[in-house]
Amino acid sequence: MNTFLNRLMGRVKLGGLLAVAAPILAIVFAMLITSVVLIAAGKPALDTFGWLIDNGSQPRSIVNIVNLGTTYYLAAVAVAIGFRMNLFNIGVDGQYRLAALISAAVGGAAVLPGVLNIVLVVVVAVAVGGLWAAIAGFLKVRRGVSEVISTIMLNAIATAFGSWLLIEHFGTVNGNAIATTPIPDNAHVPAAAIVPGTQLGINTFVIVAIVVGIAYAVVLSRTRFGFNLRATGRSEPAAVASGVSVKKMVLITMILSGGAAGLIGMPELLGSSFTYNTNFPAGLGFTGIAVALLGRNNAVGMAIGALLFSFLDTSSDILQLHDISPEIVKIMQGAIVLSVIIAYELAHRYRLVAEQRRVSRELLEGAAA
Amino acid sequence: MLRTSVTKLAATAATGAVLMAAAACGGSSSTSSEASTSAAATTAAAAPKAKVGLAYDIGGRGDQSFNDAAAAGLDKAKTDLGVDAKELEATAGETDAQKEERLRLLAQGGYNPVVAIGFAYSAAVGKVAKEFPDVKFAIVDDAVAGPNISNLLFAEEQGSFLVGAAAALKSAKGNVGFVGGVDVPLIHKFQAGFEAGAKAVKPDIKIQTKYLTQPPDFGGFNDPAKGKTAAQGMIDAGADVVYAAAGGSGGGVFEAAKAAGAKAIGVDSDQAKTADPGVQGVIMTSMLKKVDVAVYDFIKKFVDNAVVAGPTIYDLKAGGVDYATTGGQVDDIKSKLDEYKQKIISGEITVPSK
Repeated sequence: MNTFLNRLMGRVKLGGLLAVAAPILAIVFAMLITSVVLIAAGKPALDTFGWLIDNGSQPRSIVNIVNLGTTYYLAAVAVAIGFRMNLFNIGVDGQYRLAALISAAVGGAAVLPGVLNIVLVVVVAVAVGGLWAAIAGFLKVRRGVSEVISTIMLNAIATAFGSWLLIEHFGTVNGNAIATTPIPDNAHVPAAAIVPGTQLGINTFVIVAIVVGIAYAVVLSRTRFGFNLRATGRSEPAAVASGVSVKKMVLITMILSGGAAGLIGMPELLGSSFTYNTNFPAGLGFTGIAVALLGRNNAVGMAIGALLFSFLDTSSDILQLHDISPEIVKIMQGAIVLSVIIAYELAHRYRLVAEQRRVSRELLEGAAA
Repeated sequence: MLRTSVTKLAATAATGAVLMAAAACGGSSSTSSEASTSAAATTAAAAPKAKVGLAYDIGGRGDQSFNDAAAAGLDKAKTDLGVDAKELEATAGETDAQKEERLRLLAQGGYNPVVAIGFAYSAAVGKVAKEFPDVKFAIVDDAVAGPNISNLLFAEEQGSFLVGAAAALKSAKGNVGFVGGVDVPLIHKFQAGFEAGAKAVKPDIKIQTKYLTQPPDFGGFNDPAKGKTAAQGMIDAGADVVYAAAGGSGGGVFEAAKAAGAKAIGVDSDQAKTADPGVQGVIMTSMLKKVDVAVYDFIKKFVDNAVVAGPTIYDLKAGGVDYATTGGQVDDIKSKLDEYKQKIISGEITVPSK
């Protein structure tokens, strides 16, 4: 089943040199596209890359990149859980926003003290994300509704439902913002100022992201559930034939994906804003889709992709300081995702053609002998 | 099949993206070079009196609305006061940390004062201002407090009261509409003032209200199609004057009003001048929110060394809000509107803000 979709989702592995060559080719290609755009706009391409690297290696930038990357990584894992089973959970965006809102309200109520409150907030967020995703899973299993359609619709519903909850129930008006009651000081996730040269601290929620990444890799590749999930993704009929209940898998995977989505808002909520307000970052679910594609649904690949995206996003201001439009960052991100897809596809095709040549050569030699 | 169609799709998307990007970069680079030449012309004579750092909300310079009003104030300060400036803009869906970083970059880069446009910067200004006690900060539309923070606030409800009164005076059917961009407290102020003004003229007037999007979806400030649909619905239900308090979505409201022969009211800028020329004729007046005046005043105070921390309220009295008379469509009711204006200034009428 060496189809384009399977290759896109990282289900077919490249071996040897090609596995190294593909990502390098992709980055070179993305830099070329970006350079063309920069030169067309009359900006110095080489200097631009210099400024990016210079800014990205400042201690303060490193902290910001890791913190934002933590959020992006959680978003990518949430998306990837579905992707590995051919479930396109486009609703990660709505799932995390609703989860962050409701868990922020629960945390603000401070029914439990200190660390217990943190645990409660996280549990509520995972539960809300999972439940919201379960609606799409249930619709698919029971009614055959495509999860792509239902999750997109549920995003819109989550936005409207969230506003209603925030405006009518959880929120208080403070100036021009509506915000939930702040989570008390004793239930904040601490920031660790471990990068020398800056007082900014790394959000310790990064540990949770690493644990989630490890769990994702281990469950997928080392457990029976992971095998069933991957098998269903590769070929549904084959999975059914080997006794996998596809419906059950769809529902469980959707809930897991939504549960992971519930974690996306946690670094920001517990480590930085401590409240859900009308300015809470939106659209992280879609960033997650791009990062999951970029990392080819691989736990380590997505971590690299998340850091690359957050590196570019934290560079938008430094580019503007040099009179370069911040949109260049979005172009670079788009170019990288496309380049990675194209580079891996080229590498796969190269391997296929090389194999075919080898086989036909051996056959010819065999016929001659 | 799938392979070829996906490849084609990717190729088309890539070409499109590059083309659009080239266009976008071309546009912004030309405006920034214009800005820098005009600044250079004035600063050639004397060293800059101040290096102003300005952080826009999403959309930045060129949004034909809120951010552009701030940009106009900054441009005036560049020519009149001879200041230097650096402008940075926000990206969609960013975190508070990214907003803080933007302000820090400016403050650390020697920009003083630093002006943040929009209440989205509330938390970021509060935090960064503490780290740079020697830098003066200003924030538009937000009341976050600090010893080095000046708050540039507007009495939008007072200006909206006047255009509400104008709407009621001009409505033949006794039925007017309010299109709000996003359902947030800031826009509730516009609605409250508009309703109070309309009812002051005609207590039994029918007022239709519609918000285009719910937060955190702030698309309602920049979605003309949604504005058009909402305004059409109101006009179909009998409204003949519609107030667009919806930023860039107002363009759609004006189109709908034009198609149906109704009247519209603009917001923030004098939209009978700034809107698309084809629809300027339907804009009978606009609620002016003079962000440009506030930004210019603040920079001038900085240059004069007279910055005061805390809120400055730009209301009718201070000339921070007003109604526009471009096009002469409200000339016949001007005396009545000015009467309301005086009553608000004197305190005889208190306009509700909720």
